[in-house]
Amino acid sequence: MLRFLLHRFGILIPTFIGVSIVTFAFIRVLPGDPILLLAGERGVTPERYAQLQELLGFDRPLVVQYWDYLWAILHGDFGTSLVSKQPVLDEFLARFPATLELSLCAMFLAVIIGIPAGVIAAVKRGSIYDQSIMTTALVGYSMPIFWWGLLLIILFSVTLGWTPVSGRISLMYYFPQVTGFMLIDSLLSGEKGAFASAVSHLILPSIVLGTIPLAVIARQTRSAMLEVLGEDYVRTARAKGLSSGRIVGLHALRNALIPVVTVIGLQVGVMMAGAILTETIFSWPGVGKWMLDSVFKRDYPVVQGGLLLIAAVVMVVNLMVDLLYGFINPRIRQG
Amino acid sequence: MIFKHGLTAVAVAGLMAFAGAAQAKTFVYCSEGSPEGFDPALYTAGTTFDASSRAVFNKLVEFERGTTNVVPGVAESYEVSDDGLEYTFHLRPGVKFHTTDYFTPSRDLNADDVIFSFERQLDPENPYHQYVEGASWEYFNGMSMPDLIESIEKVDDMTVKFVLKRPEAPMIANLAMDFASIQSKEYADQLAEAGNEAQLNQKPVGTGPFQFVAYQPDAVIRYKANQEYWTDPAAIENLVFAITPDQAVRLQKLKAGECHLDPYPNPADLEEIKSTDGLQLKQQEGLNVGYLAYNTQVEPFDNPKVRKALNMAINKQAILDVVFQGSGKVAKAPIPPTIWSYNDQLEDDPYDPDAARKMLEDEGVTDLSMKVWAMPVQRPYNPNARRMAELIQADFEKIGVNTEVVSYEWGEYLERSKAEDRDGAVLLGWTGDNGDPDNFLAVLLGCDAVGGSNRAQWCHEPFNDLIQKAKVVSDQAERAKLYEEAQVVFKEQAPWATIAHSVVSEAMSDKVQDYKIDPFGGHIFYGVDISE
Repeated sequence: MLRFLLHRFGILIPTFIGVSIVTFAFIRVLPGDPILLLAGERGVTPERYAQLQELLGFDRPLVVQYWDYLWAILHGDFGTSLVSKQPVLDEFLARFPATLELSLCAMFLAVIIGIPAGVIAAVKRGSIYDQSIMTTALVGYSMPIFWWGLLLIILFSVTLGWTPVSGRISLMYYFPQVTGFMLIDSLLSGEKGAFASAVSHLILPSIVLGTIPLAVIARQTRSAMLEVLGEDYVRTARAKGLSSGRIVGLHALRNALIPVVTVIGLQVGVMMAGAILTETIFSWPGVGKWMLDSVFKRDYPVVQGGLLLIAAVVMVVNLMVDLLYGFINPRIRQG
Repeated sequence: MIFKHGLTAVAVAGLMAFAGAAQAKTFVYCSEGSPEGFDPALYTAGTTFDASSRAVFNKLVEFERGTTNVVPGVAESYEVSDDGLEYTFHLRPGVKFHTTDYFTPSRDLNADDVIFSFERQLDPENPYHQYVEGASWEYFNGMSMPDLIESIEKVDDMTVKFVLKRPEAPMIANLAMDFASIQSKEYADQLAEAGNEAQLNQKPVGTGPFQFVAYQPDAVIRYKANQEYWTDPAAIENLVFAITPDQAVRLQKLKAGECHLDPYPNPADLEEIKSTDGLQLKQQEGLNVGYLAYNTQVEPFDNPKVRKALNMAINKQAILDVVFQGSGKVAKAPIPPTIWSYNDQLEDDPYDPDAARKMLEDEGVTDLSMKVWAMPVQRPYNPNARRMAELIQADFEKIGVNTEVVSYEWGEYLERSKAEDRDGAVLLGWTGDNGDPDNFLAVLLGCDAVGGSNRAQWCHEPFNDLIQKAKVVSDQAERAKLYEEAQVVFKEQAPWATIAHSVVSEAMSDKVQDYKIDPFGGHIFYGVDISE
């Protein structure tokens, strides 16, 4: 197990350096000079331009800039935003809990609905249940997030008035942030109705962000289950006269879960992309919208630092998924 | 069923909370973005100014709400010396800085605060010059203040004198701009002592109508009315900015009663807003102009008659209908109608393709080929430059001018279009900074700006003399005459085809009273009330 862990951690280091090079290069390859974009129609004189280049350190060779950037990161300094003049790490940490809370809720929704739906579709293969679940999953997978979000807002928030339109909590509640997770902070605040308000604000964005992963998980669970249900040991279990609930729940599902867990891990990356749109629609103050804005403004330090931090999160999640395999399937642990 | 009841209960609780808040007069503004910070001198974005200078701070002189007129701010009066080089400001006594949970002022505003507010931008040795990394004081530099200010002197506790290197009539308007917000030196000193200078940009302390309470990044900013404001306190007690970047969602929030004002409704929704019960729409021309600048240094565009002929070929009304969808107004002058000295007597070039074709022939111009540059970005003065360029292309083709539309990445576009030997006419525009005509006419059409922001590369002496003269005269009526005359010269010479001024629309609840659209594009809530 220790060797397995060391091996997995060993892979993280070159991946991290690779990501740092890609993020550094990516924003610089895009056409667009941050100084000119910041100045806009007002423009800058050549002297002022040179002054600003020096001030921001863009006059140095790229290799030197990259080395300084990497060195600073190793010391925990992700740089300062060109636009807001605030440290990138502070900006990230102020927004990340919101994205994490939303992603966890969306994933929770996707898993608790997706896996049972996939199992039902597999067990009742070819039935009306199977067909409706798979058609719904296909529709969910193909749904443009923006349109889907707006549709839900118009129906549930404006027409029916069941849920709030956007935000994380009703504006009438005001309490200091302790953890950055609104569900926890609203409970800690002790204010009456705050938790319910936070939950009601989470419902629509979680549905929207969870839709695609839900569809993918349901489809993956179905195909994995079908494969496992055709295996010899399942037939043996049936022959032994075990109840079908026990066969499906204990023998089949556990083995079918390995590819499903892989997919769940990969969906974390997909979710980060989905978060950009979902956060914009629901005015959700997370990292997605923040990153998008900084790409448009060519805010080099934010794009570099933000992408690197997000990549680190995705890498850690995938590491956790790898470890989870070990628990589900001992053979992987030993290999 | 339990689920549904739970939600209904939440909705009811929310409504009750909202109703309770209405008694405390809470105004919720669905702002379109987050402020970059709270020290307005560091930034150039209107969104940042809405959250900082326009709510929390005052300036020596200010723009009268809803106009471009300059009125006294924390300076109750000022004098300008006869040679136009010395501006002496007499500060208003008894102006209090905000008392917050992070700062308690021990004294009222005085000359030290004014000097600190400018020195930190002017003097590279000032400890606050680089208090955040990369501070470049963009507006202060952009308005050429370092080249203009010789010194800022404290005459006595309540009097400050600005000495200039040369006379500059727009100086007063410059001092009403956001970068000129007055900070508390006492607060800055306390932060410096604690080694926490960056807080000046995170938790602002000003003398303005609202005081800062809290900010949750990308979510909400809270303010409360400054009850010790030097004039009447604001009618609304709590001001909340609910940050809502998506246009469609802002409108839904407005309809659902979750906010009182939507600053930028989608032009396609304007009719719906007008007809929705409980909502109102306010509209006003913006402080901007969109234009097509010929390169007047390149043949045959160095001939004013050729430029005039091309202007007559452009169907501006079609552009307004298609590109602006009703949110624009035909421009005939290089400055917008909301600016003083706007010459309403000017006659616009008529749309007459036949006459245009004939004029070109008379000038011996046949088989003309040209490029029209289309900006890659959206701006209020040009919501879709590509579409506009295509319409102009079609118009020019009608008079036999072969036209090619080109575009570049935005930074590149701005840089390349400055070149004096540039090939083609450029679509661009300008939004005013200080409401002074000099900010349009000298910046965009003055001889000094050729090779820079003068995209027409147009240096015409009679015009330049007029605007230079207007720059050093301090009497506004006299200046207005000079600028009116300059606009007549502009129209005769036609270095640009003036295309449109945008029309700003703001949607709000019909409970909102006394809201005025700010010509500078700001959103100002002092003076606004909400009915019960």
